[in-house]
Amino acid sequence: MAIPRTLDDLGRLIEEEIETDLVSWSVEKGELSIIVERAAIARVLTYLRDSETFQFSQLMDVCGVDYLGRSPRFDVVYHLLSLVRNWRLRIKVQVEEGMPVPSVTSVYNCANWWEREVFDLYGIPFEDHPDLRRILTDYGFEGHPLRKDFPLTGYVEVRYDEEQKRVVYEPVKLPQAFRTFDFESPWEGMETAVKASAAKEEN
Amino acid sequence: MKKDAPQKQSFTMNFGPQHPAAHGVLRLILEMDGEVVERADPHIGLLHRGTEKLIEYKTYLQAIPYFDRLDYVSPMAQEHVFALAVEKLLNLEIPTRAKYIRVLFCEITRILNHLLNITTMAIDVGAMTPLLWGFEEREVLMGFYERVSGARLHANYFRPGGVHKDLPPGLAEDIMAFANRFPKVIDDLEGLLTDNRIFKQRTVNIGAVTAEQALDWGFTGPMLRASNVAWDLRRNQPYEIYDQLEFFIPVGQNGDCYDRYLVRMEEMRQSVRIIKQCLEKMPKGPVKVDDYKVTPPPRAKMKTSMEALIHHFKLYTEGYHVPKGETYTVVEAPKGEFGVYLVSDGSNRPYRCKIRPPSFAFMQAFDFMTKGHMLADVPSIIGSLDIVFGEIDR
Repeated sequence: MAIPRTLDDLGRLIEEEIETDLVSWSVEKGELSIIVERAAIARVLTYLRDSETFQFSQLMDVCGVDYLGRSPRFDVVYHLLSLVRNWRLRIKVQVEEGMPVPSVTSVYNCANWWEREVFDLYGIPFEDHPDLRRILTDYGFEGHPLRKDFPLTGYVEVRYDEEQKRVVYEPVKLPQAFRTFDFESPWEGMETAVKASAAKEEN
Repeated sequence: MKKDAPQKQSFTMNFGPQHPAAHGVLRLILEMDGEVVERADPHIGLLHRGTEKLIEYKTYLQAIPYFDRLDYVSPMAQEHVFALAVEKLLNLEIPTRAKYIRVLFCEITRILNHLLNITTMAIDVGAMTPLLWGFEEREVLMGFYERVSGARLHANYFRPGGVHKDLPPGLAEDIMAFANRFPKVIDDLEGLLTDNRIFKQRTVNIGAVTAEQALDWGFTGPMLRASNVAWDLRRNQPYEIYDQLEFFIPVGQNGDCYDRYLVRMEEMRQSVRIIKQCLEKMPKGPVKVDDYKVTPPPRAKMKTSMEALIHHFKLYTEGYHVPKGETYTVVEAPKGEFGVYLVSDGSNRPYRCKIRPPSFAFMQAFDFMTKGHMLADVPSIIGSLDIVFGEIDR
């Protein structure tokens, strides 16, 4: 198999190799990202790691992204690195709320904590994960804080109670209402400017 | 219990969260068989401040100070990755002088970080003098930070589009004088540690990691290089002006605590080389892009030009809108690959900003590294991991 020279070639080669598991691929800003079927993620990663052509020996990062209002709602994003070929690859899996993603801990050991983090912050469960506990948030924390519908200030706050001689949890009290500013001004802004220039080009 | 039937004396020990050798707020649950660690379960997140969530509610410019507070011993290296990511989405090319200043301060940051790590690792295994000598030099380096940005630690100096201000007069000469003097300090530290019998007994063959294990566990930076993998993003995926500079990538042989120490020592020497080259080659010119939609106009101009005043006001209230897109940008931070996965939806605030800290991967490998080691080896392994909880917990 010829070693691809450009990211486009690499994308085409990956398309050939994992055709049935691939949803789509694109190159943007000099970065190749592919979307694969949810159930196939472990198989795809194993193949990309072991294949002589690719040798993606390192899993750099696993993270979630919440696109509230889109269906399926979440993206789970894997970043791979091939030291031999000096390539980076972004793999995305799209999942609906509550839908499990197969764990890739058996493929890359380091996926363990990254997946725990995604579970903790987004509430995406991972199938066959050896130790799916919360990792960053407090013991006994409720909710998944990086979801877009989780408020920035959270729901509870802690303080030390002098009478009970322990730390107590209370509903959060805001002395000042949380302020959000709407910068999308109707007469100026990126979007209107872009639309205007596009319209000009059409004319 | 019958006396003649020896039973396995397995017990669980709690280490931290407040422990001087834990390098921050690390809580370890150690399952011990006598003095030998059978299983270690690190509990992290005690310093979780929700940085990623907060960044989603701030403009791009307001997000930079959060990066200083991640790995608080190498602040500028992290500002750098965010600035690079935003520049990539904005398609900005920054002036050459700004690139040199960034590289200069990235290498100062590397020395700052390695000095802290090496000396605190030494104190964990019982050597006190390196800490005192090393921190004297860190003070000097933080003085450079202060002169260029106004703050000793949380610099907020690298901005998308360049750096905030040019070097003040005399700073380049002082950094040069430091770079000429500093190799002697490294020699002195090496004299105390490298051939020190106690130090070697505590570090050689402790926490050894093979190259395959290092790759599998997502190691980067000195941790990967100590396991004999010559991979450095400054060389392999160069950014800014690293491809025009001369420096070596030190690698270790055995991947144990001692090799990691040696790699960091040599990296400091290479950083001094880079600093000297930067100072010699640095061109004159602007230090930020000449686009007032992204960088603020000069103060003097704001006194006379209405447009400049409006730009300034818009920049510090609304900020700038970043075109829709996503990027995973990385730099070789002192600890390893520091990455940011930035997703923009076209508004003035990041839609998602995932921070990939290098020490998160080191901490999760801690269980397999300590397995079968004595309790007394735990602090030297933690010391050699070079972990800072600001970035692990985020």
